[in-house]
Amino acid sequence: MPDRYCSTPDVLVADVADGSSIAVAPDYSGVAIAATRALIRKQARRLHLIAVPQSGLQADLLIGAGCVGIMECAGVNLGEFGLAPRFTDWVQQGRLTMRDATCPAIHAGLQAAEKGVPFIPLRGILGSDLLNERPDWRVIDNPYQHDDPIVLIPAIKPDVALFHAALADRAGNVWVGIRRELMLMAHAARRTLVTVEAIHDGDLLTDPTLAAGTIPAFYVSRICLEPGGMRPLGFSPAGEQADAPMIEAYVAAARTQAGFDAHLAEWLA
Amino acid sequence: MSGVDPARDGYTTEELLAIVMGRLTTGLGHIAVGALSPLPAAAALLARELSPRTEITILGSPRHMRFTDGGRELFDCAAQGRLDAFFLSGGQIDGQANINLVAIGDYVKPKRRFPGSFGSAYLYHLVPKVILFRQEHSPRVFVEHVDFVSAAGTSPRNVYRPGGPKHLVTEMAVMDFDAGPGRFRLNTVQPGYTEAELRKQTGFTYALPAEVRTTPAPTAEELALLRGPVREELVHAYPKFAREAYLAP
Repeated sequence: MPDRYCSTPDVLVADVADGSSIAVAPDYSGVAIAATRALIRKQARRLHLIAVPQSGLQADLLIGAGCVGIMECAGVNLGEFGLAPRFTDWVQQGRLTMRDATCPAIHAGLQAAEKGVPFIPLRGILGSDLLNERPDWRVIDNPYQHDDPIVLIPAIKPDVALFHAALADRAGNVWVGIRRELMLMAHAARRTLVTVEAIHDGDLLTDPTLAAGTIPAFYVSRICLEPGGMRPLGFSPAGEQADAPMIEAYVAAARTQAGFDAHLAEWLA
Repeated sequence: MSGVDPARDGYTTEELLAIVMGRLTTGLGHIAVGALSPLPAAAALLARELSPRTEITILGSPRHMRFTDGGRELFDCAAQGRLDAFFLSGGQIDGQANINLVAIGDYVKPKRRFPGSFGSAYLYHLVPKVILFRQEHSPRVFVEHVDFVSAAGTSPRNVYRPGGPKHLVTEMAVMDFDAGPGRFRLNTVQPGYTEAELRKQTGFTYALPAEVRTTPAPTAEELALLRGPVREELVHAYPKFAREAYLAP
């Protein structure tokens, strides 16, 4: 059995190549912020970030630090803390290639990858300008019914899925509970990198209660024990609230690129 | 323009808007609310107080979410017809009920970038009663044509579309949307506003009712529910909003 455990988030993301596509979790799920800092420290470049289906602080940090080439998402903002300042600024300056989507299209694209099929049909979307900006989304006639146009979403197969989860056992099984978009990400991605709050003594797959919310180890490439790896974001499986003063300080600093750079240098130190 | 005066009227604009949207959703089976929507969330919570069999979902609030199959489940539910109402907003909203959540100006290098379309392009087609909500009522928001269509207000007849916009609620008015002509019709002006003021602040034309009426003021019962049980629940969904709550104490 390969030992999936690495000692630090820096080791966890060490071989994420520049230009990789990386699927990341939404703020209500498991966002790997400590590993995001590691990506910034290693000066990752031209990442194709795929928010599943939206992102916040994580995307803003990576964009401001110059790590992102393509942003694929249904939206980026800081939730109750307002607009994501670096995302907004970079797009307005034309410095970021946007691949705008809608939430269910990202879920559906990952589901197609999960099934190993090239595309998946999805209702809605027709008439939206998203279709103009997404030439990879096609409209066909439903072959089972006359005169029924329907959108096709191509499979999304990320190079890497990166997220934070509550538990992993020593065999490399990872427990995500009801945060099943994390399981979808792991199923769809070529490699899955996970930081976890805690190590579970025993086998997560032998207890049926836990097994239902467990990603089997064969989907998981690497794990790093990193308690608090989502801070300053909240982590609802652990009942953790977001660190509001810290995020507010970020929002104030990141209004300008210079403010962001200074804040980031302090934060990475 | 004056609008609601809390000292004179005994309620705030935010309370009025939550109550108006609560009235529009009372009696429905399942009302869902997206992230970052404290007033629609208050409305859904109020609707549940008024019709206890109503199921509500507030995205981002673990206490108000019963989905167990990840982020996609809400959308799958909607496509199956298991959702009855949803709330959407827009950086721009036009007279054909197209909404823009993406950008003002050029898409590639916009004058102003908004967060993104989120679920709008999909849910607008599939949820039978979509309520458009935007507190600010100005010509900057309510334009003749949006710069970017995140989600289209109307569709050709051959497009599968069980859902769509039904109402628009703002600080100045409640309008109804008629998908036939693809046009809004004024339902009521909010207390403290006239139709002339409304017209001046709206960048598109809308149909008028035979007689312009004012939205009925919140009742004592509605205000008591909003300030009591609804507010207590809202703390769980929007801790920051509730901390800095602009609903009257």
